[in-house]
Amino acid sequence: MEFMIQLEKLTKRFPGQMAVDEVSMDIPEGEIVVFVGPSGCGKTTTLKMINRLIEPTSGSIFIDGEDVTHMNPDKLRRRIGYVIQQIGLFPHQTIATNIATVPRALKWDKDRIAARVDELLELVGMDPDVYRDRYPKELSGGQNQRIGVARALAADPAVMLMDEPFGAVDPITRERLQSEFLRLQDEVHKTICFVTHDVDEAIKMGDRIAIFGDDHKIQQFDRPETILSNPENEFVEDFLGSGAALKRLHLRRVRDVDLTSWPAASLDEGRDSLRRKLEEAEGYSFLLLVDDRGRPSRWVSSRDLDRSGEDMSDRGLPAAALVEPQGTLHDALDEMITSNVGCAIVVDKQGVYQGVVDIDTVMTAVNTLREELRGRLAVGSWHAVPSEAVEEARS
Amino acid sequence: MREGAPMQDVVDFLARRWPQLLELAVEHLLLVLTAVVFATLIGVTIGVLVYRSPPLSSLATSVTSTILTIPSLALFALMVVWVGLGDRSAIIALTAYALLPIVRNTVTGLQEVDPAVSESARGMGLSARSRLLRIDLPLAWPVILTGVRVATMLIVSIAAIAAYIGAGGLGNWIFDGLARRGSVVALPLIISGTLGVVLVAFLLDAFFILVNKLTVPKGLQH
Ligand SMILES: Nc1ncnc2c1ncn2[C@@H]1O[C@H](COP(=O)(O)OP(=O)(O)OP(=O)(O)O)[C@@H](O)[C@H]1O
Ligand SMILES: [Mg+2]
Repeated sequence: MEFMIQLEKLTKRFPGQMAVDEVSMDIPEGEIVVFVGPSGCGKTTTLKMINRLIEPTSGSIFIDGEDVTHMNPDKLRRRIGYVIQQIGLFPHQTIATNIATVPRALKWDKDRIAARVDELLELVGMDPDVYRDRYPKELSGGQNQRIGVARALAADPAVMLMDEPFGAVDPITRERLQSEFLRLQDEVHKTICFVTHDVDEAIKMGDRIAIFGDDHKIQQFDRPETILSNPENEFVEDFLGSGAALKRLHLRRVRDVDLTSWPAASLDEGRDSLRRKLEEAEGYSFLLLVDDRGRPSRWVSSRDLDRSGEDMSDRGLPAAALVEPQGTLHDALDEMITSNVGCAIVVDKQGVYQGVVDIDTVMTAVNTLREELRGRLAVGSWHAVPSEAVEEARS
Repeated sequence: MREGAPMQDVVDFLARRWPQLLELAVEHLLLVLTAVVFATLIGVTIGVLVYRSPPLSSLATSVTSTILTIPSLALFALMVVWVGLGDRSAIIALTAYALLPIVRNTVTGLQEVDPAVSESARGMGLSARSRLLRIDLPLAWPVILTGVRVATMLIVSIAAIAAYIGAGGLGNWIFDGLARRGSVVALPLIISGTLGVVLVAFLLDAFFILVNKLTVPKGLQH
């Protein structure tokens, strides 16, 4: 296995205050490692030692096999994407100039920078023609957060450091940003250190999770499923809190389960045709109507179809409760609870209807997950590589 | 006593001598602007050098405010001893007077830059120089500019006294008037000179509104 980031006995002691105590960690290329733990346990300090915003008291850091503790810090940082909770966009610069920060520092030529800016805006789902020349204050919190991510990705760094990147937005936006970010990660495959103090976020985002304790040491570093089913000690158990079964829903993505195909029809299909379709769909009391681009629009029942007139666009109930394939079953369950008909509608990147997730799907997934975990624990946690084991293997 | 006549005298006087008033006003304006440009260069540099260190910052503020407590006539007199009569002395003294608001606002402006902005700039590997020139100074600029404007207003009136040491400007009429106490032109000279100073201050203020519009980045205007 290739390790992109290696921390060896990394320690930081501020005058009179221990912050990070002999943290060792091997982070494989292309994975998201989440640092999670109570406030003051040293997550931010560890992160900032990796890009040398804080100099370690002792220990070393290797990135891509290279000891970076003696590198020119500015050069090092241009190779590492950095996103913080308060984002820190430059308010006096346009969105395009903000995104171009590192490419400009690296002296890319103008055309290349302009092309890259547009590409990144597309990547984070914002229309370049609309947003390129705006200023940060003209954007919403969620949009600014996307720009923060785009700016960090600008020079295509192999490593990204993210300190509570979605900590300052409302829960709904946060969930959306998380899913979007996971989709983006599927395309860019960065090696990412991600700090949060939200266990749910850690389980959703992390390929691996490092749980820091009050003693500023790592309590457990492993795959989320292993940590959930096999907490190393009492601290980890307490920290995960109750409801571990529910948390496991974070481990299954919507795209990994079989979707139910709910009977659907087009908004402008005509009342007779719709009524026939609903009658044919046995056991379903609602029909899902999609617009001309295939995006979910309304739920209609036979009563709604009995009313005269052909315009369906405001009949029945709005088709809300959407999840994307890279959302988790936890997200789907969340949506389901607020949905009108008790299921979450799955849509792709363009918002086109794919199918639905209902409560049965979720229950089945919980059961298979449990069985999978039991099976794996019986044969030993083969694909979780604790750092000590790796250490042994290397020496 | 000639009732209502002094005003009439001033009007007559201005009608006759306005080209000269204009000339003096331009001299006055140039004197002030030259000093302000120097003070901005020096004051911003001092601000940049000290803002990170609280003790140095307060040292810079107290030194520059001490300068302001020196009576202007005394400072001009000192300059004559060191540099001689004329514009040069006046500009040096005026520059010294203009420093306090500029230094203080530069320090405040730089210290008030959002820590998250500084951290992200550092975290992305911008060099210390680019951070200063491209991030910190542009963000502090509206505050610095306010300091420059206050400094300008401050020295517009002090510059009138510079005529005493042989510099140009509207102070010449005021001192002339003072020297010819009792004569008919004394009062018109003093009043016209004073009106001129007010006019120059007014023009400069309008100028700063324009500079603000032109130089404050669009993302910072509201
Ligand atoms: N510059 C500093 N000087 C002194 N002590 C510091 C400094 N920065 C952090 N600390 C201390 O080091 C410890 C770890 O801080 P750190 O910011 O890494 O915590 P954290 O895990 O990120 O916490 P949070 O979840 O609250 O962000 C804390 O006790 C903190 O008070
Ligand atoms: Mg922190």
